[in-house]
Amino acid sequence: MKMWLSQHWQALGQTLKQLARTPLSSLLSIFVIGIAFSLPLGIYTLIGNLQALSGHVANTPQLSLFLRMDATSSDIEQINARLEKFPNIASFKFVSKEIALQQLQHESGLADVVDSLIKNPLPDAFVIDIQPVSPNELESIQATMKKWSEVEHAQVDTDWARRLDAFIRLGQFAVLMLACLLGFALIIVVFNTIRLQILTKRDEIEVSKLIGATDSFIRRPFLYFGAIQGMAGAASAWLIIALGIQAINESLVELTQLYSIDFFIDHLSLLDSLSLLLFSAWLGWLGARLSVAQHLSLIEPE
Amino acid sequence: MISFKNVYKRYPDGFEALKNVAFTIDAGELVYLTGHSGAGKSTLLKLIAAIERPTSGHITVSEQNVNALKKSTIPFLRRSLGIIFQDQKILYDRSVFANVMLPLQIRGFEKKISAARVRAALDKVGLLAKETANPITLSGGEKQRLCIARAVVHRPSILIADEPTANLDVDYAQSIMEVFRSFQQVGVTVLIATHDVTLLNDTRYRTLTLNQGKLIS
Ligand SMILES: Nc1ncnc2c1ncn2[C@@H]1O[C@H](COP(=O)(O)OP(=O)(O)OP(=O)(O)O)[C@@H](O)[C@H]1O
Ligand SMILES: [Mg+2]
Repeated sequence: MKMWLSQHWQALGQTLKQLARTPLSSLLSIFVIGIAFSLPLGIYTLIGNLQALSGHVANTPQLSLFLRMDATSSDIEQINARLEKFPNIASFKFVSKEIALQQLQHESGLADVVDSLIKNPLPDAFVIDIQPVSPNELESIQATMKKWSEVEHAQVDTDWARRLDAFIRLGQFAVLMLACLLGFALIIVVFNTIRLQILTKRDEIEVSKLIGATDSFIRRPFLYFGAIQGMAGAASAWLIIALGIQAINESLVELTQLYSIDFFIDHLSLLDSLSLLLFSAWLGWLGARLSVAQHLSLIEPE
Repeated sequence: MISFKNVYKRYPDGFEALKNVAFTIDAGELVYLTGHSGAGKSTLLKLIAAIERPTSGHITVSEQNVNALKKSTIPFLRRSLGIIFQDQKILYDRSVFANVMLPLQIRGFEKKISAARVRAALDKVGLLAKETANPITLSGGEKQRLCIARAVVHRPSILIADEPTANLDVDYAQSIMEVFRSFQQVGVTVLIATHDVTLLNDTRYRTLTLNQGKLIS
């Protein structure tokens, strides 16, 4: 066990020395990976924020319940009671047909037309503010209320929320595609770096094999190198995004003050950040593994 | 300790380097292997370490059937050997110390323990003062001694040396032979390929002679 640990420790040390031996090219390749990765990562971060935003505003549209024309005051009482117990409702208010007519008279400039009406054509209505829910939930609330016998019509405008949702879905798809492509590119970058390293360490590998080094011993520092390169690349992408968010938020301050809204972009969650680092480390490891399998067998001692 | 039975070695180009070679070396023996240039001495040593595989025949090293060894177990056969290569195989990108460290590194020894062992091995061949030097600065004899230190630092039970005294003057050669004898005296089996006649005049030890790939004595 102790020997096993010490072997891994040595391999890690060798890897870091290797990185330090060529600091400029190490940094360059890490930054290239970082810049490439910051594209899907940036889109992903934006989408996460948009999603939060859409969840946040999806309920601003009110749900209007128009009652049947023959609804009695006891019907109104009943709906009032039901709404009080209904989950996900932030607030609601009752708009009687008389008040609605008055509003129409005052606000629409149709006073003459309204005056000429013999009978009030407007129904009683409830205007409901709903707590943050997904567009689907909003629709199911609407469907439930529509089934109430006193309700003639339940109206909600979810179109824009649906559109945003579709847009987000498209973005998610784009992120997935980009991430796949760039993940592939990372594997290729590491593959090539390791190939060059193996070539420059030809003598050392040959001698090591001759005096009894196992394949896994020879592989180990290269695998570490690949994993570290992948992880460092992802970390630099993370940093690039962090700087970008910082800059955007600074300019958002003015905007938000102007419109008195509260919106700032958040960085990736801790879990997302950790997954990013681990996944990139794994990709780097994979690239190194493939490269080693391809090139190490070519170095057979003679 | 080492035994060959009806061993043939034909290289891929069709050249037959060893023909029907058979011999046995007991544990703790010191044996010379001699013969003209191209007789097959290096080939024979490479077969022992499974660097080359025989075309036919049986090779046993420390009770292991070398023919039957899988690729993954060859490293462990090589770890029981100390090998001095005819072309030295010194790494010039690191110090004398780091060169001798390598066999311990591949075995996963801890740094402290291995540093002490490396110094002991360098001391034994009289190179301790040069431990930080780059091997490129060493003289021919010093390079040979570096190779010996690297071959014995892990205390192998079998020591195989391919022309360890090549290009050395008689005094150097004698002192290097002294080192080999001292290993044999503590129980190490030693096989030395050489065509240095002054060494071969030493009648205390058995000599195997190859001629055109055949063992003639
Ligand atoms: N890889 C190879 N492919 C083809 N032929 C080879 C190979 N290695 C050695 N030979 C041939 O096998 C013969 C024996 O070679 P070997 O190296 O064993 O000789 P040697 O006895 O060690 O000679 P020297 O004293 O010059 O070192 C030589 O004729 C050589 O040309
Ligand atoms: Mg030879």
